[in-house]
Amino acid sequence: MATLVRPAARPLTSLPRSQAMTGLWSWIITVDHKRIAVLYGATAFIMFLLGGIEALIMRLQLATPNGQVVDADTFNQLFTMHGTTMIFLVIMPLSVAFFNYIVPLQIGARDVAFPRLNALSYWIFLAGGIFINLGWLIGQAPDAGWFGYANLTEKPYAMGLNTDFWLLGLQILGIASILGSLNFFVTIVNLRAPGMRMMRMPVFCWMTMVTNILMLLAFPVITVALVLLMFDRQFGTHFYIPSGGGDPQLWVHLFWVFGHPEVYILILPAMGIVSQVLPTFSRKPLFGTPFVIYSGIAIAFLSFGVWAHHMFAQGLGPTADAAFAFSTMAIAVPTGVKIFNWIGTMYRGQLHFTTAMLFSVGFIAMFIIGGLSGVMHASPPADLQQNNTYFIVAHFHYVLFGGAIMGLFSGIYYWYPKTIGRLMNEKLGKWHFWLMMLGFNLTFFPMHWIGLDGMPRRVYTYPEGMGWDSYNMAETIGAFVIAVSILIFMYNAVWSMRHGAVAGNDPWDARTLEWSIPSPPPHYNFEEIPVVTAMDDWWHKKYGDTGHEAAHGAPAAPPAMAGASVDHDVHTEHAGHGGGGHHIHMPDPSYFPIILAFGMFVMALGVITNYWICLVGFCFVFAAIYGWSFEPVSAPEPPSGSAESHPVHETPRTPVAAH
Amino acid sequence: MIELSRRAAPIRRALWPLGAILAGILLTGCESPQTTLSPTTQFADEIQFLLKLTFWSGVGVFVIVEAVLVWVIFRYRARRAAAGLPPQIHGNTPVEIVWTIIPAVLLAIVAAYTTPIIFSTQAPPPKDALPVKVIGHQWWWEFQYPTLGVTTANEVHMPVNQTVTFDLESADVMHSFWLPRLGGKRDVIPNHVNNLWWTPTEIGTTPGQCAQFCGTSHANMRMIAVVQSKEDFDKWVADQKAPPAQPAGGDAAEGKTIFSRSACIGCHTIEGVSQGKIGPDLTHVASRTIIASGILKNTPEDMARWLQDPPAEKPGSLMPNLHLSDTDVKALVAYLESLK
Repeated sequence: MATLVRPAARPLTSLPRSQAMTGLWSWIITVDHKRIAVLYGATAFIMFLLGGIEALIMRLQLATPNGQVVDADTFNQLFTMHGTTMIFLVIMPLSVAFFNYIVPLQIGARDVAFPRLNALSYWIFLAGGIFINLGWLIGQAPDAGWFGYANLTEKPYAMGLNTDFWLLGLQILGIASILGSLNFFVTIVNLRAPGMRMMRMPVFCWMTMVTNILMLLAFPVITVALVLLMFDRQFGTHFYIPSGGGDPQLWVHLFWVFGHPEVYILILPAMGIVSQVLPTFSRKPLFGTPFVIYSGIAIAFLSFGVWAHHMFAQGLGPTADAAFAFSTMAIAVPTGVKIFNWIGTMYRGQLHFTTAMLFSVGFIAMFIIGGLSGVMHASPPADLQQNNTYFIVAHFHYVLFGGAIMGLFSGIYYWYPKTIGRLMNEKLGKWHFWLMMLGFNLTFFPMHWIGLDGMPRRVYTYPEGMGWDSYNMAETIGAFVIAVSILIFMYNAVWSMRHGAVAGNDPWDARTLEWSIPSPPPHYNFEEIPVVTAMDDWWHKKYGDTGHEAAHGAPAAPPAMAGASVDHDVHTEHAGHGGGGHHIHMPDPSYFPIILAFGMFVMALGVITNYWICLVGFCFVFAAIYGWSFEPVSAPEPPSGSAESHPVHETPRTPVAAH
Repeated sequence: MIELSRRAAPIRRALWPLGAILAGILLTGCESPQTTLSPTTQFADEIQFLLKLTFWSGVGVFVIVEAVLVWVIFRYRARRAAAGLPPQIHGNTPVEIVWTIIPAVLLAIVAAYTTPIIFSTQAPPPKDALPVKVIGHQWWWEFQYPTLGVTTANEVHMPVNQTVTFDLESADVMHSFWLPRLGGKRDVIPNHVNNLWWTPTEIGTTPGQCAQFCGTSHANMRMIAVVQSKEDFDKWVADQKAPPAQPAGGDAAEGKTIFSRSACIGCHTIEGVSQGKIGPDLTHVASRTIIASGILKNTPEDMARWLQDPPAEKPGSLMPNLHLSDTDVKALVAYLESLK
């Protein structure tokens, strides 16, 4: 026991790691899923502001015909980066922030399955997000659209570094997505609390799992497409170059085989949030839970068979057009089923219109519009008039802003008290909601008209006399109304951190396990892992089977959770010496994730500057992987520490959460 | 710029009430020459039918679902006096089946109407159709009439009530050929030959533009379609086939000399003068109403502006600023404007 390892013999990888819970360094090396969630969320929100500013500049340029605010090249960079940012750097990571924070709490786990991998996903995401934006610094931001159709992305049509920033940044982001999706899939499959069968799992966790399966299957496709493009640009291959025998249409297929599942990657997490918020504030279970879950799975399955509806104008022939029209129409059915079930949840409920609830109801109301306009261009001949016009811009903003962003804001208002321990201000929240609804509809509803009136997308200017002027001006005004609503939200979020009402464990009288623990949750989440006996277990514990036992208003007292210490979860194996959580062993922080991500960033820089720099980056990556592999689960105790009470282990213990 | 005869567009009037929220701001009631809602070919009519079908089914679903949603919101708001919990309903399988089948049936109806139109609009063109080869360039349109021996740019002429078939090719990157009032768009893809055909039924001039993002000046890649009576079209063809005008003297003759000894000839064709293939054929440039793919009118002033600094008018333009002197520009304009 007293055989302390001499420092000289200590492997590099067991350097002491700060256990501090505060300070910058503690955030950099953290592997705590809740902190990583906050990092994801904060980064995504900064990117949201960036993408929003890009949108505002575009709206200023288009407010009047022959706008002179920015030039053509700048505008093309703005719309490319607006799309790329909002999809890859805002909605996806914001969803991942919710996966990170909520999923372990909802399934009764102490962390995700692979905590260091989780940190790695975040740092790689950050590296990719920074890399893809680097182009702004030298005036060469990506400019070929978020869809980057070849051969416009090929030399000689794209000689600058614009496209290189884009294709390398997206490759890095793809790695982060694939690692993250593996992690959450394994977490949900393996780390559920005892008794939580799949059909007792909250719908948000279900949608998380479905989303992560989609990511796992869709991102390899875009990665292949990007690698081929990189080879074309860097090494002179001709995958997409017509003069060399390549085919630009290959890109279009590969991109949308990824791109359409991606749309559902963006919307399913928001659907999961809405499926938690509506039952809570209707004080009723989710109507038809199995149908909501199965329709999510059906959507995911079908989403791989609809990609060519983005290509109806490409001339694939009538048979292909008809087949993809049918599959596209089919995917509307499970989507409709979800909407009906949400309305069914509210039917005969006791609806409490908190801000979170308003955003969820707003999601339903707006998503219906986006879904119906989607059916309009599922009909291929009709799409020939709508494709690549502002009608499409209107459609997908109703789905992704009216849908995904509204759903995510609903989640922010709903879980903010769990994260911060204080409630957000409801009055400001309602101002945020109603201004955003107004601004959103003012911005995007007129786009249906100007689209049908023949205004194409991705134009930096339009002439007078086309009949589009007043609509465009209205849209620009609407965009600034949205901006004001976001400012109100930011003020609210900051103000409430200090001045919001103290939340307590369960401010909403909610249904799922995360509300059974303190707000904010302790480092180890659950002092004792709960045993689950029902869907919406926490509600069940409060109200019993039917809800009639506690039928007189006040929530029942938090249930006694004694006897719930079944030693199921791997994280509990070192727990066990009494309360307070002081002896629950949690994985130690690690600095290898950020080193690895930094190495990838340097490698990508090398591709566009000098291949030898790639080697430098690779050294970082290799060193990080090496160190990672031999890193002991817990750092050696500092020599001055109480070595007698916590014996230092000579050899690494069995990893607590193997990674 | 372009005066158009517009047919009534019922769908526009139908959309209007839904946009009542915007009425205060949008009272200008402008005309849209490039609208998709005022079709002038049989092809565009069929698309219009599907648009109306999907739009009105959508409006029906929208009204019903949103009405139920709003009713639920107001009917089941929590009341202060509410005691106890609402009924804990977990679901209802027959209801689930019903609301799965209803949208499926609606969509099957839409699919049943859509399918024949997919096939009819992509059928091979009739044998007697007038062939036009469309070549998309960054950022202008080239139109060749192989059976008539005519080449022009940015202005496509068609005789009314005559089927016209377009073979679409690209000289560089992807574009999309779109004249909204005449029909749906079709992408123009390098190494693919796409086809589109229609029969215009109305005389008039309508604008269109590239609909697939194709680089810096994508927004400036415009065109016009001129549907003419058979006689006018035949006269236009005869004029286009005539040899170019020969300037008798003055500025125009001076302009021809400048043209033939400067960089112009590398890119532009004027029959008997030059054979460049990169830019538009200028043999009868003065017969067109637009230049620079529709961003400028074909007037002496606009032509001078264009010659002085093309990239200033059309960012990224392959035609560089040749730093011509004012007198050279004046002479060139006189020459080009003489090429009727």
